[in-house]
Amino acid sequence: MPGDGSTRARRDTRAVWGTGVLLIAVLIAVLAPLVSTGNPTVQHDVVATRLLAPGATDAFGVFHLLGTDRLGRDVWTRLAYGARISLGVGTLAVVLSVAIGIMVGATAAIARGWVSMVLLAVTDFALALPRVVLLLLLAALWSPSVTVVVLVLGLTGWMTVARLVYAESRSLVARPFAEAALALGASRRRIVLRHLLPNLLTPVIVASALGIGNAILLESGLSFLGLGVQPPEPSWGNMIAAGRDALMDAPWIAGAPGIALVLVVVACTLLGDALQERLGPARRETARETVLGR
Amino acid sequence: MLRPLLLRAAAGVAVIWGVVTLVFFLLHVAPGDPATLMAGPAATPAQVAAQRSALGLDRPLPEQYAGWLGRFGRGDWGTSIVTGRPVRTMLLEAWPATARLVLLSLLLSYALGIALGVIQATRSGSKLDTALSVTSVTLFALPGYWLALMLVMVFTYWLRLLPAFGASGLDADFLPAGAKAVDSFRHLALPLTTLTLIGIGGVARFVRGAMIDLEGSAFLLTARAKGLASRHVLVRHALRNALIPVLTLLGLSLPAVFSGTVFIEAIYAWPGVGRVLVEAVQARDHPVVLAATAVSATLVVAGNLLAEGLVAWADPRTRSSHAG
Repeated sequence: MPGDGSTRARRDTRAVWGTGVLLIAVLIAVLAPLVSTGNPTVQHDVVATRLLAPGATDAFGVFHLLGTDRLGRDVWTRLAYGARISLGVGTLAVVLSVAIGIMVGATAAIARGWVSMVLLAVTDFALALPRVVLLLLLAALWSPSVTVVVLVLGLTGWMTVARLVYAESRSLVARPFAEAALALGASRRRIVLRHLLPNLLTPVIVASALGIGNAILLESGLSFLGLGVQPPEPSWGNMIAAGRDALMDAPWIAGAPGIALVLVVVACTLLGDALQERLGPARRETARETVLGR
Repeated sequence: MLRPLLLRAAAGVAVIWGVVTLVFFLLHVAPGDPATLMAGPAATPAQVAAQRSALGLDRPLPEQYAGWLGRFGRGDWGTSIVTGRPVRTMLLEAWPATARLVLLSLLLSYALGIALGVIQATRSGSKLDTALSVTSVTLFALPGYWLALMLVMVFTYWLRLLPAFGASGLDADFLPAGAKAVDSFRHLALPLTTLTLIGIGGVARFVRGAMIDLEGSAFLLTARAKGLASRHVLVRHALRNALIPVLTLLGLSLPAVFSGTVFIEAIYAWPGVGRVLVEAVQARDHPVVLAATAVSATLVVAGNLLAEGLVAWADPRTRSSHAG
């Protein structure tokens, strides 16, 4: 039941956990040079330092919290630097797709007639495309880099936000406060900028929290297939790919970045859920949109 | 009821046409020239030019597009640059494997997800609800390809129970029928488990929300006031109504499910459309990329139509033509 004590307590727990995990991840990413051995690509004596188990200290007296990979590189250091890529790419991609989504959705809601129809048709069309197919294609056709991944994720992820913004705008336009503004002689532009957009903030923030999780997963998937961040630059996806051949001898190489991914994506989802329940009643619509974001 | 479905089918064909057209022009503007690839690294400029004109790449773009679309529509999908085999044959061989995997995993993940969601909704706020919520959020967050690797590690490397690659063993053709079925089931086990597990979370979350949203609605109150058993109200009234948006979700989530399949097929070397697509994209095998995209779009559109048919069947309100 919304509003009773137990739900509120649970809601807060989710928000606390989500925020906590994300905060730790951001701190690790920002402070990567300080909390790790400092260089994610450095290799010492490969034979002496490769495939060390988590918690081992190598022949040079360096401690490896999460062990080393098959080139003797410190897994924890690569994880910390990989967090920069994962979180950075996820955030930038979502900022881009939210910007496009708001523009398309709000324009479709205000402009009536054929402009609106075309925009909605394009949105529905883009939503019907298997996103990964498009991602694979775009990422493979242009040489893989962080910029390409951000652009590709941003350009293939705006549709859910556009639909959300369109639906919310349409219902907001019919509300008394919008009518009142119109009756007072405010221009359509003013109504949108001053009255609608602030009201759209809530659903958009919720969609963004969930969207970042999706974007991080997709970036890691692209990097895993070799179409995203290129080695030796560490990303959680290409670390998992590199650990694939060593599953028997050194499960921590693929295990650690996978667990990091799950933790961060769970945190984004929990935070999105908590925000949504606290701020907006349109639970079902957004829930559906987030399942579709994949 | 027929007319809206026909309109939907026409819209579906338009989507497929849009997809292949988009991909055609994307391939055209992308760097990398199939003629150079086909002619090989030792080719002289003259040989590359000959290859270009053989492929029709030296003609104006609209002409190339019209010619390609005509051939494509007639079922002439060209030959693969990498394997030299007809693209049509490659995809005709691949699509049943994908369809089988997707259908089975949808069936399992929706059945299990709905069950989980209902259990949670009926015990909303309890410890069990919280535990299941944590489970479904975690499943929802799992990267499919990583889960696949972990399952391979446990069931193939450690326990040596299940095969991790392909859809059948090397000796499958020589096995008696019974052993052959066991063999293909064993090969199906890991890909199917992976896809099902990553699907359950989203469905359970959605069903739980849909059921809780119905709580307090007038028709449930009426049913309870009539003195119907609460289990009867739950199954016949609440669940039945909650299932209508779930069916819509099923249709709309097909592109995402197919996306997940692409990764799973690549990991398990499952001989489906996803693997063909990944390999073609990595090798810049343009004819195969185009056809595989078209086939995946067709599978998604067909699935959407099927889901809409199911919704019309489940929800009398959408059967507009017979209503009056």
